[in-house]
Amino acid sequence: MTDLYQLKRTPFHERTSRLCLPQNWRRWAGHIAVGSYDLGIEREYWAIRNGAALIDVSPLMKYLVEGRDAARLLHRITPRNIHRMSVGQVVYTGWCDEDGKMLDDGTITRLGETSFRLTSAEPSLRWLHMNAVGMEVTVTERTEQMAALSLQGPKSRAVLNACCATPLDGLKYFRMAPNLLAGRAVTISRTGYTGDLGYEIWMEVADALPVWDALLAAGNDYGIVPCGILAMDMARVEAGLFMLDVDYTAASHAWIPGQKSTPLEMGLGWAVNLDKPGYFVGRRALEREARDGPAWKLVGLEVDWEGLERLYAEAGLPPQIPAMAVRASLPILKDGRQVGYASTSTWSPVLKKYIALVHLERPHYEPGTRVSLEVTVEHHRRHAPATVVALPFYEPEWKRK
Amino acid sequence: MTSARYDVIVIGGGHNGLIAAAYLSRAGKKVLVLERREIVGGAAVTEEIFPGYRFTEFSYVVSLLRPEIIRDLELPKHGLKILPLPSTVTPLDNGDYLAAWDDHDLTRRELYRHSPRDAEAADEYSRVMARAAKAIKPVIGLVPPDPSSLSWRDVRGLLRLGRYGASLGEKEIYRIAKLVTQSSADLLDEWFELDPLKGTKSASGIIGTFLGPRSPGTAYVLLHHYMGEIDGAFRAWGFAKNGTGGVSAAIASSARALGVEIRTGATVAKVIVTGGRATGVALENGDEFSARVVMSAADPKRTFLQFVEPGHLPGEFVDAIRAFRVRGSSGKVNIALSELPQFTCLPGEGPLHRGAISISPSIDYIERAYDEAKYGQFSRQPYIDMIIPSMIDRDMAPPGHHVMSCFVQYAPYDVEGGWDDAKREAFGETVIRTIERYAPNIRRAIVGKQVITPKDIERIAGITGGNIFHGELLLHQLFFLRPAPQWADFRTPLPGYYFGASGAHPGGGVMGAAGKLAAHEILADWR
Repeated sequence: MTDLYQLKRTPFHERTSRLCLPQNWRRWAGHIAVGSYDLGIEREYWAIRNGAALIDVSPLMKYLVEGRDAARLLHRITPRNIHRMSVGQVVYTGWCDEDGKMLDDGTITRLGETSFRLTSAEPSLRWLHMNAVGMEVTVTERTEQMAALSLQGPKSRAVLNACCATPLDGLKYFRMAPNLLAGRAVTISRTGYTGDLGYEIWMEVADALPVWDALLAAGNDYGIVPCGILAMDMARVEAGLFMLDVDYTAASHAWIPGQKSTPLEMGLGWAVNLDKPGYFVGRRALEREARDGPAWKLVGLEVDWEGLERLYAEAGLPPQIPAMAVRASLPILKDGRQVGYASTSTWSPVLKKYIALVHLERPHYEPGTRVSLEVTVEHHRRHAPATVVALPFYEPEWKRK
Repeated sequence: MTSARYDVIVIGGGHNGLIAAAYLSRAGKKVLVLERREIVGGAAVTEEIFPGYRFTEFSYVVSLLRPEIIRDLELPKHGLKILPLPSTVTPLDNGDYLAAWDDHDLTRRELYRHSPRDAEAADEYSRVMARAAKAIKPVIGLVPPDPSSLSWRDVRGLLRLGRYGASLGEKEIYRIAKLVTQSSADLLDEWFELDPLKGTKSASGIIGTFLGPRSPGTAYVLLHHYMGEIDGAFRAWGFAKNGTGGVSAAIASSARALGVEIRTGATVAKVIVTGGRATGVALENGDEFSARVVMSAADPKRTFLQFVEPGHLPGEFVDAIRAFRVRGSSGKVNIALSELPQFTCLPGEGPLHRGAISISPSIDYIERAYDEAKYGQFSRQPYIDMIIPSMIDRDMAPPGHHVMSCFVQYAPYDVEGGWDDAKREAFGETVIRTIERYAPNIRRAIVGKQVITPKDIERIAGITGGNIFHGELLLHQLFFLRPAPQWADFRTPLPGYYFGASGAHPGGGVMGAAGKLAAHEILADWR
């Protein structure tokens, strides 16, 4: 009974809890999730960028959408052209309310002609059911029945090849295929949240521990490292990937209209297929916005290192950098006037730059625009010069190859 | 015969009276509070009915007490502490339970166990209700303008209200329109499928009303209770250190420090009227006090039908006050216990003992309880909201022992044949029997019990009809209609006589807004 007063544990808890020596636990969608397995996160971060990092991503919400109208339902609630998806294809998408304001984002995998898997950050059962009225489709939540691991990093393919029945060499970016890992039936998609080469492995809960063990054993020679969500948080900023509740507020949670965002504002123009046939929720609002251009946009910001160093030098200090991604809203100014804010900022160990995901008013979101980011230097408010850049900050050539 | 001269005399030392007095004194006025009982607090009192066991006798939880009152009157300096009451557990007839914990993820997990659909709907519902509460909240802090009046003050108030209404989205307006007209059962049926969830949520829509969850207007009362939840730190229901009497004690202490004179054991006979103006107060013992202004913090019936001779008030107004509905519908059973009640659904001592335990398995259960009350009976299977104050504040009972506060609805004031000792005893027995179904050890743990009927609320706390809100929270008794049309701005047809208690806008609960707003209006009129 007492476990009902606790957060949920993931199917890998028996393993991850033994490794999480610093007891650095975080909360993720009603679960406890490992923040980091080391006191610092550097080793885990570099496993993502230089080796293979094994991340427990089981708290992701997972839904199975099946039936004759499965594609129709997903086509209706997302701005992606779902009917054109081939079996085994994965798409990333945001979805909106009727006003074109983002509710959530996630991936859709076409498992078969009439079956799909949807992942989301927030519970979505109600939204799916509301939109499925009159359709021949069943939606089953699989969050707790299905475990998920993310294996990220340039060596991730080699690790999988060492423990899977079918080699992964043929699996293209954003494609999924069934496989056998340690003799267990899994599906593996070439997806992730790091912007590196990487895969996500989906399995039944009963297979979770054997799969974990097999991956760690097979990965030993490739430098596999169990990795917490803090290192992933740094990597996802470098990859230009945003996060619900950090970089945007779900329209259904917003107190005021100003807290809502459209996919075009979030830089997801490429994932809004306005040329797709038929109605989808939010279509009219998004068409209008596409014509006029978004009033805001999420873009990248690179802080001028010399400028930042100078601010610290003036206080007699060497430059200071936070040890992990900072989830604080920081004002961005242009000629002394606030034109936006940073929602996540981080030091990028691979780029050796201080970078941020920022929301800027039109026209300041054009790459090359010079602005300044508010920083607190020795308790004083200062402004570091910075430049607007296109996302992502970091994209290795092997990510898609 | 005394004849001290005061600026303001406040009749009634309940929380509203004390708050008004404190604000008036803070503004430099010489204030006297007259309280009939030997203790202050009115319905917000803590009394040691059995030696060592302290009962928070009537009102037992706090959520709506206005934070600015707490700050203005420096109540924390005077001992106020509102301790968290972190959960609500509803025991079910099948031996299971439904809980709402003080953590979103845990509550979601618990609800999901019963109904995944409702788990998601509950998130959305609480956001929608919170937004509606936020939208309607500014209205509560407003002195209700009279829509029929063309006075500058009323027109300005209406304009402000109109501007505010226009600032709300269309969706919000429709939602609020629906909320003020719907029954809580209809509202909850739109959202949820789970009976105990709907039952438990509907309960806050009927508290203090003589209505059932299927009566229109109860959805608004649900919203009323959400007000307390959007104030950041004051988000949840709390239990005041030393019981609700602790709140009164803190306010009284603050008032005294500000120079207020409080006289207990001072029963008011009538308001003295000279030259068409209230000029003082006469006590039953013959003492008289004069003042420039008299404010009543008693219930509307006493304020206008008992303290003032009818000749001093317009007949139409007197009629309106006579028609004002104050039917008490609830009782209390306060129990001293030698051990904790053991609930079969969650054996052992656990978090449920630190929160509310609600006997509300379904809307039908509560509606059925209402049916009996409608025809003059107390409910055979009543809605009960229990808390165990001694688990939150160990000073409430001797070590190892406990006190339990049970709010019980329905117990009609006008019970068939009238309330007497036998009926009170039977009512108490019904409550114990109902609890016993879920916590079988309760009977053997009883050291003492105090059963309070609406008649007792009237007798002890002096509230006519025994209604805990001094008047039902009915749509036709709210805002500019509370307590009577054209007189919702804390003034009365008798010059120099003001009214500021739960029977005034914005209504009841240990909120203090009426007392504060009344003081504000008295000061505004001061020349």
